[in-house]
Amino acid sequence: MTRELERPLPRSWWLRKAAYFQFMMRELTSLAVLAYAALMIWALWAAADTGSYSAFHDFLTSPLSVWLHILVWVLAFFHTGTWIALTPTVLVVWRGDQRLESDVIAAANAFLFLTISGALFWLVLR
Amino acid sequence: MGVPEKTVFEVYRYLPDSEAEPRFQSYEIGYRDNWVVLDALNHIKASIDPSLSFRWSCRMGVCGSCGMMVNGEPKLTCETFIRDYDTDTVKIEPLIHFPVVRDLVVNMEDFMEKLPTVSPWLIPAEEPGPGEYRQTPAEVAHYKRFSMCINCMLCYSACPVYGLDPSFTGPAVLALAERYNLDSRDDGKGQRAGTVTAHEGIWECTYVGECTQVCPKGVDPAGAIQMLKLSYALDWAKSFVMPKTARS
Amino acid sequence: MDTLQHDVLIVGGGGAGLRAAIGVARDHPETSVGVISKVYPMRSHTVSAEGGAAAVVSEADSLEDHAYDTISGSDWLADQDAVEVLVEEAPREMLQLEHWGCPWSREPDGRVAVRPFGGMKLERTWFAADKTGFHLLHTLFQTSLKYNTIARYDEWFVTSLIVADGRCQGVTAIEIRTGEIRSIGAKAVILCTGGGGRVYPFTTNGNIKTGDGMALAYRAGVPLKDMEFVQYHPTGLPGTGILITEAARGEGGILVNKEGRRYLQDYDLGDPLEVHDPNHPQKRTMELGPRDRLSQAFIKERQAGRTFEGPDGDFVNLDIRHLGEDKIDRKIPMVRELAVRYVGIDPVVEPIPVRTVVHYMMGGVDTDTAGATSLPGLFAAGEVACVSVNGANRLGSNSLTEILVFGARAATAAVAHAGETLHTTNGVLEDALRSEQANIDQSLLRSNGGGETVAGIRSDLQSALEEGAGIFRDRATLERTCTTISDLKSRYDKLTLTDTSRTFNTELIAALELGAMLDVGEAIAHSALARTESRGSHQRTDHPERDNDRFLKHSLAHRTEGDPRIDYKPVTITRWPPGERVYGSA
Repeated sequence: MTRELERPLPRSWWLRKAAYFQFMMRELTSLAVLAYAALMIWALWAAADTGSYSAFHDFLTSPLSVWLHILVWVLAFFHTGTWIALTPTVLVVWRGDQRLESDVIAAANAFLFLTISGALFWLVLR
Repeated sequence: MGVPEKTVFEVYRYLPDSEAEPRFQSYEIGYRDNWVVLDALNHIKASIDPSLSFRWSCRMGVCGSCGMMVNGEPKLTCETFIRDYDTDTVKIEPLIHFPVVRDLVVNMEDFMEKLPTVSPWLIPAEEPGPGEYRQTPAEVAHYKRFSMCINCMLCYSACPVYGLDPSFTGPAVLALAERYNLDSRDDGKGQRAGTVTAHEGIWECTYVGECTQVCPKGVDPAGAIQMLKLSYALDWAKSFVMPKTARS
Repeated sequence: MDTLQHDVLIVGGGGAGLRAAIGVARDHPETSVGVISKVYPMRSHTVSAEGGAAAVVSEADSLEDHAYDTISGSDWLADQDAVEVLVEEAPREMLQLEHWGCPWSREPDGRVAVRPFGGMKLERTWFAADKTGFHLLHTLFQTSLKYNTIARYDEWFVTSLIVADGRCQGVTAIEIRTGEIRSIGAKAVILCTGGGGRVYPFTTNGNIKTGDGMALAYRAGVPLKDMEFVQYHPTGLPGTGILITEAARGEGGILVNKEGRRYLQDYDLGDPLEVHDPNHPQKRTMELGPRDRLSQAFIKERQAGRTFEGPDGDFVNLDIRHLGEDKIDRKIPMVRELAVRYVGIDPVVEPIPVRTVVHYMMGGVDTDTAGATSLPGLFAAGEVACVSVNGANRLGSNSLTEILVFGARAATAAVAHAGETLHTTNGVLEDALRSEQANIDQSLLRSNGGGETVAGIRSDLQSALEEGAGIFRDRATLERTCTTISDLKSRYDKLTLTDTSRTFNTELIAALELGAMLDVGEAIAHSALARTESRGSHQRTDHPERDNDRFLKHSLAHRTEGDPRIDYKPVTITRWPPGERVYGSA
């Protein structure tokens, strides 16, 4: 009888190919989003009384927090960017027997994102 | 034309009847400018080593037999030109993520078993009349791309999810499900839901996207899977909000 | 070990085989059916067919016209009752395929589209872009998955037919993965193994097309009919031999020689119209003439020095630039992909180099219109068979139709036969297995080094056939080829393998295929030698005229201990008495 050879994937599989590495980095950015969500939950909890809120406020204005925010902002932006780039795969729009180009769909999504973000930004800062 | 170039082909060998372990065998051969990797393998088999085993047939990229790893990337060796490699050595291995039977031949039974599980046949919405189902060119275009799969399984080699978990249904099979779901003559989406939305189905895909990158026929299986996710998720949502219409 | 038995066993999992399997499983679910193939079904060579499948569909068309086109295209060698069956059942088969989900190309109103094809008076070729065979095969394969009563033996190589008590009772086969030989009992066996283009050195055919089924029948005493008729397709890519579909001409492509002339006008194929003329391409005229005439024209042009010379041999230009990028990408996209990839030419801006290439065998296992052979229990359908619907020359797009019509008919006949037949006894199965095992062990798997190689003998066979049994033939070269093949058979008896392992031994498979190729080659050469006339794709420079008095009949090649014995049987004429093949005017 024949003995077939299995070739299991090594743990380092994602280091072997640029595309895999980029994929892992893209997935890891969701940790940044998660971390920020955790921060928002802390804010909500801290809003309960002035004592905990002022402690939260001190953290927010600290240099560590500023750097963390910049980092999270960059990663979240990258996360959103890759997400928007993938939207044409799922949002298929047909005009007759021609598919609307990926760039158009991605651009439309990017525009929506920027517009809504901009509007929210203005609302909050007003 | 010109004088044949020379290159070393490092070919994976596995001879289970006589050797316990796999090894690489080097063949230095001259090749013509218009040769594909498959031509080199055939030359080796005909002139140097008749014991080298590999699958091939059409040599024009439509039968799906000749998939192998070439310098670490899954390729159809009949469409892969040697002149495009500027390395001195071209390494040829069997498609990864499949058990090796012998040399460059892998066991593809897993794929063959998965194929029927998504009911990849037309489940018509209505009984046919005396003539053909009418289908406009636009309607054909909706699913055409996903019907181009030649079952070469390069996508399974590119997919790390499949590599880590062989129970994943996989790109080609799921793309075929979407091919039928999008066919205007078909009404089998509900029937395919069981397999497609099972744990090993679309939800195991994390959209690495390499399957689409390596697909030699532009099928875009990653796209098919994401579309399936959206489609079945919407169905699921509809079944809560509008249970009566969702049942159709 | 379990005994393997089926009511119907189908050898080959391509278009004909799968259509037959579905026919059995769907219409006779209680019948046990198996499909055994040396490759996975999706790899079958049906997959590479491009242009389309013919069936009468438009108001202006008629079954009579399709029949007449086919019969005249066959140079009157086709059996007219078989052709009548083909044209009549064609529309139903195509429609059924559509109902099974085949993505036929469509008109804007949603109806199936048809395109013009060589030798056809009217558009009747259904098509799925220019990957018709691919879509047809995958539709059939996927539909067959609906029926879990179809047992499949994927990558099993059939080595012989089991013949006992004067009937076919099954097969012996090697499970390629393990190297184990098994016998499988069957009340009826249907051969659907396709053609054997690989016996020639330059062919559109894939690796697997080695004439296996033809040899199986031949060795079991069934004659091979009309083997001398080998079709050279006029437009293959130089170097690889990859097919450029006739559809390129159906859509308006033109063939041009070194002098820029549409040379077909010099070969009794009518007058060229301007490419932008609304009536171009004109049916049954010029580039839409029959394949045999176009291929013969190429050879004559080459002899006159009017073909281009290239590193991979002579060629002419197939020009489709005037079609425009949009039409090319919609109707013949694969032509563009293949040209770009394999010869570095974008046909939108440059003409494609093309030359004649072996493509199809009109000849094959002698069957009647039900697909039955002279051996009870043995049936055949598709390119492996010769009914004959194609006679001396096949029209493009009739083959995909043929595999469906006769695949279905053979299934019906096989089931009927199985219903009246006893199953194969274990005794018969065991005897066959033992004898086949010994045969293979003795002949190939011994290791005493005879110096012959599979590749060496194969290459010599291919050269011999190209030289003697090419487009133009004569007695002297044919006799030489016959002698060479006889020598090659002796050399083959001395062949030993370097690889005597069991697991997926492809050298063994190649050696067995070579044995089949030698049988097929011998049948071709001797049949060609015996036919001292010219008809269709068999052209004798020493007998250049068609001779209906002596040769309006089919050749039958019977295997003997020595050279094949050739005898003849009449052609069935029903409504169309032999006439002149006229192309060019209406």
